[in-house]
Amino acid sequence: MSKSEAIARWWNQGRNRALLFQVLLILGTVLFFFLIGANALGNLEQQGITSGFAFLSQKAGFGIIQTLVSYNESSTYARTFLVGLLNTILISVLGIICATVLGFLVGVARLSSNWLIAKLAAIYIEIFRNLPLLLQVFFWYFAVLRALPLPRNSLHIGNWFFLNIRGIYIPRPLPEQGFALLGMIFLMSIAGVCALKIYARKYQEKTGTELPILSASLAIFIIPSAITWFATGRPLYWELPSLQGLNFKGGMVVIPELAALLLALTVYTSSLIAEIVRSGILSVSHAQTEAARSLGLPQRKILRLVVIPQAMRVMIPQMTSQYLNLVKNSSLATAIGYPDLVSVFAGTSLNQTGQAIEIIAMTMAVYLTINLTISWLMNQYNARVLLQEQ
Amino acid sequence: MNKCAISIMVPLLLMMSVVPIIAGTLDEVKKRDTLVCGVSTGLPGFSSTDEKGHWKGLDVDGCRAIAAAVLGDAGKVKYVPLNAKERFTALQSGEVDVLVRGTTWTKHRDTSLGLNFAGVNYYDGQGFMVSKKLGIKSAKELDGGIFCVHAGTTSELNLADYFAKNNMKYEAIVFDTHDQAAKGFEAGRCDCLTADQSQLYALRTHLSKPYDAMILKDIISKEPLGPVVRQGDDAWFNVVRWSFFAMLNADELGVTSANVDAMRKRSVNPAIRRLVGLDGDKGQSLGLPDDWSYQIIKQVGNYAESFRRNVGSGSSLKIERGLNALWKDGGIQYAPPMR
Repeated sequence: MSKSEAIARWWNQGRNRALLFQVLLILGTVLFFFLIGANALGNLEQQGITSGFAFLSQKAGFGIIQTLVSYNESSTYARTFLVGLLNTILISVLGIICATVLGFLVGVARLSSNWLIAKLAAIYIEIFRNLPLLLQVFFWYFAVLRALPLPRNSLHIGNWFFLNIRGIYIPRPLPEQGFALLGMIFLMSIAGVCALKIYARKYQEKTGTELPILSASLAIFIIPSAITWFATGRPLYWELPSLQGLNFKGGMVVIPELAALLLALTVYTSSLIAEIVRSGILSVSHAQTEAARSLGLPQRKILRLVVIPQAMRVMIPQMTSQYLNLVKNSSLATAIGYPDLVSVFAGTSLNQTGQAIEIIAMTMAVYLTINLTISWLMNQYNARVLLQEQ
Repeated sequence: MNKCAISIMVPLLLMMSVVPIIAGTLDEVKKRDTLVCGVSTGLPGFSSTDEKGHWKGLDVDGCRAIAAAVLGDAGKVKYVPLNAKERFTALQSGEVDVLVRGTTWTKHRDTSLGLNFAGVNYYDGQGFMVSKKLGIKSAKELDGGIFCVHAGTTSELNLADYFAKNNMKYEAIVFDTHDQAAKGFEAGRCDCLTADQSQLYALRTHLSKPYDAMILKDIISKEPLGPVVRQGDDAWFNVVRWSFFAMLNADELGVTSANVDAMRKRSVNPAIRRLVGLDGDKGQSLGLPDDWSYQIIKQVGNYAESFRRNVGSGSSLKIERGLNALWKDGGIQYAPPMR
């Protein structure tokens, strides 16, 4: 067999040929991006624009109103990035939780046999899913702001809760000595509750009797922690907010930008989730409900044990999309001054340094990473609730 | 087989089509017969639209002057409203030919962004606007205050510097546009709106009760504002810079849009004869028509006219010339001679 024959033979095998083309495609793509990158860098240099990531270690020099990690005007741009990132994650996580809870409630209400509740839910859904989100953000922000009093005339409960145009002020817990012990005891009681639950399920599988675990878990939750709480001399100091000069000092504050953005994202996304919940529940055959009822299960358990688990299979992929949208939509923060990643990093930092390519690339990478993570988690969950066919 | 060939060829072709931005802005503007000018998204007196949708203001006059010089018609401008965050990228990427948008000339911007500042059409400084109800007289009393700021401006940085220098604390709420910052201030979200003083005067006219707010005397920074072009295009840089200098020189020589025709016929003053394009090398060295400066003065007016009409006594802002008076009147506006 000559050499050319060998090549021809290799070539005539479909798998080999496919492999070759795939390798060529990958090489082509890599080359393409490499050349684009090189071209961009060349152009930047030619135009006298500084490039690279050196700016990250420079001093940022501007303030941010809400930071989850310590930050001040002399922190670096890398720190700014972290602050923005955490603020984006905060609003996304809060938004996803609130929108899911509210969406479920509204979705179930939409199917209620009570005419009034079902219609109210329908009106809620139609209004909020049809209005542009940016409009809703503005509406909540400026409506919330206008309705609230100035700091000097704050609405308050005692001297520990204040509500005014600058935000909601509540006491800040400051842990003292002995608090770590309390935390450990608390974690242990959570473990205890989990163990009890597993035992109860096994017991039910064996004997068919349900154990009354609710009161027992509550006891495990509360009693050890309460004893430690008093034994360590209540190791938590509450710092109260108080009006000093122009504004409130001390305590914790929920800024109105966060409140408004959270409201807008929650309300908008929940109206979409409600429809997903409705479609999920309707997709479960009515025979399932009837079968469960004939077993003598109460209505609440039918929903929780029979309908919802089956509805989940339909809902999860769509819910994933809504979560991803919520994360992306959180970047509307920049319109009302909530300091998210787009506002402080792709906004102020970009403008102060002029490093557009680097900063936009980093910002895109963040959203991509967050959303791929959410997708991955949801896919894991999806795989678990999938019908286990034999 | 074919599919694979395409998937390799397409990226290669795309790659070849990625070419550097063309340097000759002047030629491009002439060919396009329109100037693309980056302005602010709406700041009364500097660049905002009137009821009929026409752009007006001191910065807009800067755009109009360039169009009058290059194309002979001050109306041939396409305005691109940009917020502070977008402005440099728009200029760097060639989306606009020139940026006349209250941009502070700083070392970093001049040296690291591939930009050149072509002059200073307004000398400004950062100030504070507060509600009269607060009873505050000086910026030193603003310790612990909350400030509304426009994102990505030098104001954001100066604020931090000023409070650090005076050992005071502050919080900043950062909005995307001037208008949103003013709205936040009006709603009471912040104690104080901070921006360049000229902008504060402009934004105050937008408040529902302008006279409930006052602008403090304190000025905490130098803000030389002026037109910006891309670095490395000297011919265009010269055109932009001298379009402005023509307006300043006309101001100094007393040539206005009203008397420029008469001056052109009768004046014996050599400086005026050079200014209106009768003597000297006229437009040749700039690559412009001979009557370029005449067209600016005729169609847009001199600096004093533009100032008065847009931000001075002839406008609702009523800003004094102050630093922006000519050098011979106690200000610092000074143009090199046209010769």
